[in-house]
Amino acid sequence: MAAERERRELLINVVAGLLDGIRHVAVGASSPIPAAGAMLLRARSELEGKPPVRISILGSQEHNFFTNGAIELFDCAAQGRVDAFFLGGGQIDGAGNINLVGTGAYPKSDVRWPGSFGSAYLYHLVPRVILFREEHSPRVFVPKVDFVSAAATTPEVKRRGGPYALLTNMALFDFDRSRGGFALRSVHPGYSSSDVRSQTGFDYVEPPVVPATPLPDAQTLELLRGRVMRELAETYPAFARTMLQAA
Amino acid sequence: MTEIVSLEALAADVAPGQSLAVPVVGVSMAATAALIEAGARDMRLICVPVSGMQADLLIGAGAIGEIETSAISLGEAGGAPRFNAAVRAGAFGLRDSTCPAILAGLLAAQRGVPFMPIAGIVGSDLLQVRPDWKVIDSPTGEPGKVVVVPAITPDVALFHAPEADRAGNIRIGRHRELAGMAYAARRTFVTVERIVDRNLMETEDSAAGVLPSLYVDKVAVAPRGAWPLPLWDEYPGDDAEVARYASMARSEEGFRAYLSGFLSQRRKVA
Repeated sequence: MAAERERRELLINVVAGLLDGIRHVAVGASSPIPAAGAMLLRARSELEGKPPVRISILGSQEHNFFTNGAIELFDCAAQGRVDAFFLGGGQIDGAGNINLVGTGAYPKSDVRWPGSFGSAYLYHLVPRVILFREEHSPRVFVPKVDFVSAAATTPEVKRRGGPYALLTNMALFDFDRSRGGFALRSVHPGYSSSDVRSQTGFDYVEPPVVPATPLPDAQTLELLRGRVMRELAETYPAFARTMLQAA
Repeated sequence: MTEIVSLEALAADVAPGQSLAVPVVGVSMAATAALIEAGARDMRLICVPVSGMQADLLIGAGAIGEIETSAISLGEAGGAPRFNAAVRAGAFGLRDSTCPAILAGLLAAQRGVPFMPIAGIVGSDLLQVRPDWKVIDSPTGEPGKVVVVPAITPDVALFHAPEADRAGNIRIGRHRELAGMAYAARRTFVTVERIVDRNLMETEDSAAGVLPSLYVDKVAVAPRGAWPLPLWDEYPGDDAEVARYASMARSEEGFRAYLSGFLSQRRKVA
């Protein structure tokens, strides 16, 4: 339990770091770790006297300041008022393309996933899209996705949005939009860069010396285990409860 | 004129082959049960912009001929088992979409124009599987490519809300996508928790959260009509029930057993 809590705390801390400097982040439903990262950033910004951070959690009544229905998030993104968003993927490839539809031939997929949601649109419009997928395995990180729900780079059209980073259980990657590929930034404690290489089905750039992903410091842990978990409990009671029980 | 009818009469007025638009919030599970009881079939379901247990029940019951959606998922309870099985079997026409494209299609119908331009999407394989979507050179403004999607005009929009008044005005709060469905649809059917005697249009504050009866064709009372899904300001979702569905619906037999229990449960409430 304690190890599981530490794993989650590390991810939450990384998410908060990736969001640094943003004004408005939108978080999809069923995303407690991204939501907690956003709440950690908000709490930190407040303590440090930085500009306030807005968080929209889709499907939450408390964290929803929209009044114009389902279209408002998408309009807001088109107006440049959403700085960051999270996307996952049943498959993610080395070019940053994501697949939320299924594997094998379309439409009779071998494995069918829910569908593309708003990804095909938001990937173009939100400047800092963080790809968050906890499972780090060759079946997720493939050379080429079977179906492109949302394309990472499209030189044929002007866009402000696209992937910014990829965070998994093992590592953190940056995305280079001019090159259209990932670069390993750090590996989480407990794993080596060769573990990451063997579990990643696509090629990526790797520095000669790969740093370890930093652990949250004492002040961060205090915020995380106190205020952030209390705030998170409104939307994700079960997740917050298991985190507090592990304490 | 808005008619106030029984749930059965409301469901009986959806004909086979018609397209039915349904929302994510304000889902009429009561009418879904009534449609299945009435033997609905070959319906073209339009999810605005995604769906969950409602779509999965209709699919499992064999009521769906075609589905347009951005996703079907049971949320915390996982994937939608009947949807996934039916896709693998090729049991219906599948029109994969992305959330804002469905909202844009409805907006085109609301405005009475044949299509609506929409940002993004370029590079997505959705453009390969949706030949009805086009990439055009923007005819005005800065030169560049833009995606256009055709208008979506549902035969029927169907949702559940807390209240209607006697005139058929519906309180939808800030869930404006429910109004969007009604503007676009040929007819709109609404189930409500209750019918109130006061006029919902009486004050500015109240009227701002109302879908006027002009757009509403039929209203039926269905207490706890969204159960086991949530209804804002009224009741939370019954997550344990959705999880029970998710587990039973993994097999065809389990689904049949769940469905018969669900239908009798809904009959008891009604």
